[in-house]
Amino acid sequence: MSASSARRFASRRGLLFGGAAASAGVLLAGCTSNDTGDDEEDSQQAPAAEESEGPPVTIGFAGPQADHGWLNAINENARSRAETYADVTLEITEGSNDTATQIGQIETLINSEVDVLVILPADGIALTQIGLTAMRAGIPVINLDRIFDSPQAYRCWIGGDNYGMGLNAGHFIGEQLRDVQNARVVELSGPDNLELTGQRTQGFDDALANYPNIEKVARQAAEFTVESGQEVMSGLLQAQSEFDALWNHDDDQGVGALRAIDQAGRDEFIMVGGAGARSAMDAIQADNSVLKATVLYPPTMAASAIDLARALGQAKGIGGLAEFEIPSSVTLYSAVVTKENVEQYLPTGFN
Amino acid sequence: MTHGATSEPASSPPLGKPQPDAPPPPAPGKPVGRVLLGRLADVHSLSLIGVLAVLAIIGAITKPDAFLSTDNLQLILTQASVIGVVTVGVTFVIIGGGIDLSVGAIVALASVWCTTVATQDYGMAGMIFTALIVGLGCGLVNGVLIAYGPMVPFVATLAMLASARGLALQITEGRTQVVSVDAVLDLGGRDAYIFGIPPLVLIFAGVTAIGWVLLNRTTFGRRTVAIGGNPEAARLAGIAVKRQRLMIYALSGLCCGIAAFMLVVLSGSGQNTNGNLYELNAIAAAIIGGTLLSGGRGTIIGSVLGVLVFTTITNLFTLNNLDSAGQQIAQGAIIVAAVLLQRRSAAQQP
Repeated sequence: MSASSARRFASRRGLLFGGAAASAGVLLAGCTSNDTGDDEEDSQQAPAAEESEGPPVTIGFAGPQADHGWLNAINENARSRAETYADVTLEITEGSNDTATQIGQIETLINSEVDVLVILPADGIALTQIGLTAMRAGIPVINLDRIFDSPQAYRCWIGGDNYGMGLNAGHFIGEQLRDVQNARVVELSGPDNLELTGQRTQGFDDALANYPNIEKVARQAAEFTVESGQEVMSGLLQAQSEFDALWNHDDDQGVGALRAIDQAGRDEFIMVGGAGARSAMDAIQADNSVLKATVLYPPTMAASAIDLARALGQAKGIGGLAEFEIPSSVTLYSAVVTKENVEQYLPTGFN
Repeated sequence: MTHGATSEPASSPPLGKPQPDAPPPPAPGKPVGRVLLGRLADVHSLSLIGVLAVLAIIGAITKPDAFLSTDNLQLILTQASVIGVVTVGVTFVIIGGGIDLSVGAIVALASVWCTTVATQDYGMAGMIFTALIVGLGCGLVNGVLIAYGPMVPFVATLAMLASARGLALQITEGRTQVVSVDAVLDLGGRDAYIFGIPPLVLIFAGVTAIGWVLLNRTTFGRRTVAIGGNPEAARLAGIAVKRQRLMIYALSGLCCGIAAFMLVVLSGSGQNTNGNLYELNAIAAAIIGGTLLSGGRGTIIGSVLGVLVFTTITNLFTLNNLDSAGQQIAQGAIIVAAVLLQRRSAAQQP
């Protein structure tokens, strides 16, 4: 009697638990969606020169795994730019961070005889050989951002300017603090194991050297993640009870840094970001936080790379220059986005 | 002792006061005070308290104003709280003779799942619920694979690491999911402090207290130690080893779910890179806290002290503006030194 009631209880409990688990599952499945509902048209493109349709070009595109917002934007820019041209066919590979996998993907593109390759290598040095192979096979390579080890491995390199980011951030901060005596500046850098972090810091230091009234009092490295940005920034705020300006290398970690600043209730300084994320541009436009500017590392470079590849495939130069050929190297400008010009850059901000 | 395990979500809503049931019921014939003192005074914990004291002295000398402030103490405890909750779960796993490599990935998955636009529509309660269920669910999958597969814990949780990170990436597509629910954001602000204690620290304290009770005062804890020390003997003694394993991994997953929500509060966002290398940090903290990697022995207090040591080192390096390379070297050195020191002092014990 008591045993049977116990069993009944157990089964009812099981039923309850099962039901709860099932409904939790249904609810959770609905929760993976990231759709905001308002699908606004991405008008990411600057007005393109309406060029007449030329001979058809097949462009092969190989990039790393889009595991953060900027790389995601790279893929989107390449894709949407290619769609604007009726004469361009884009063959895009699934991104990979594994050198061997990416080599395999590029070999596949070479074998399918695309006209031009656009390659953003996961690791520039490690993929130099495959760049050389493609060039020898007669397929010109547009090297996007992370540069190959040998100039023979690409026909044209286009990419961002890490040194320039630091330089422009430093100059912007220097001008803002021109009238501040003994100004104190703090730097929240990216991971120190990346070469680009060193370049950004070098540019920043070189720019600040022009302003004798400014001293960089602290520099700490975060990991390009929100979590690390919050952690390192909260420590920096604790260490520096008062300063005048902060340069943060990366807007993604900047989300965490802004959170730490908010939590500490600090607002005596100005903050400059880096890369050009949508959230940073929104904050600059709203002008309700310490974030007053961000220096770009524009993902639109992928769209420009498609333009270069198309011109190369059709044996033309690029518009606006007198040359018959495309340049061999294009370094993009790290513009400073402020409240005054943010409107213009907003469509290029990435999530 | 399912009740012990399942009662934990109740403690997680961060507005909860410190657990009133934290002091354990006195065991017959043993005054609580002496038991507690005996636990606290165990040699691993003592040596860690020594390390913490040395670190505090270094901090007080190098940065007297910044280090010895209430703000800084709050900061250290807050930064310790997320990884601390994860470490409590991992400590159970290691004491039970297992290993959980998936904790960082589960934190990442739970944090992005509970910050999607769709989840945020349900408000803070929906986000907490999602984080806990995702964490618990991943833990249960780990547990089922390991207990009933049966799979080697290293392999099963490695597989979970890979797939949970992959799923987190798929949900976010690499984007940072910013939280727009004010109640969640406010929880990380100064106004939410309760008597000067940040809510996250209270959650950490609550989880620590529950973990301590669970390990030291319940059959669940004794069974965990038993199957970690000698699973065959535990089986012969009538312990349902498989069920126990399942519950241990579920507990670890649940802790990850709690930690994920705490991380969302702390950083105001969910990102697929969240919880990076938590598995290593949690295992390292448990080990320098005196938990045997082979299982069967360990303390919650030791693990928590281990977490505090690492967090304090990070704090000291940041305050003194030292570079990150030196910090990593120091952490490695601390692990080696702590373990060697413990082995030596343990050998001198009768």
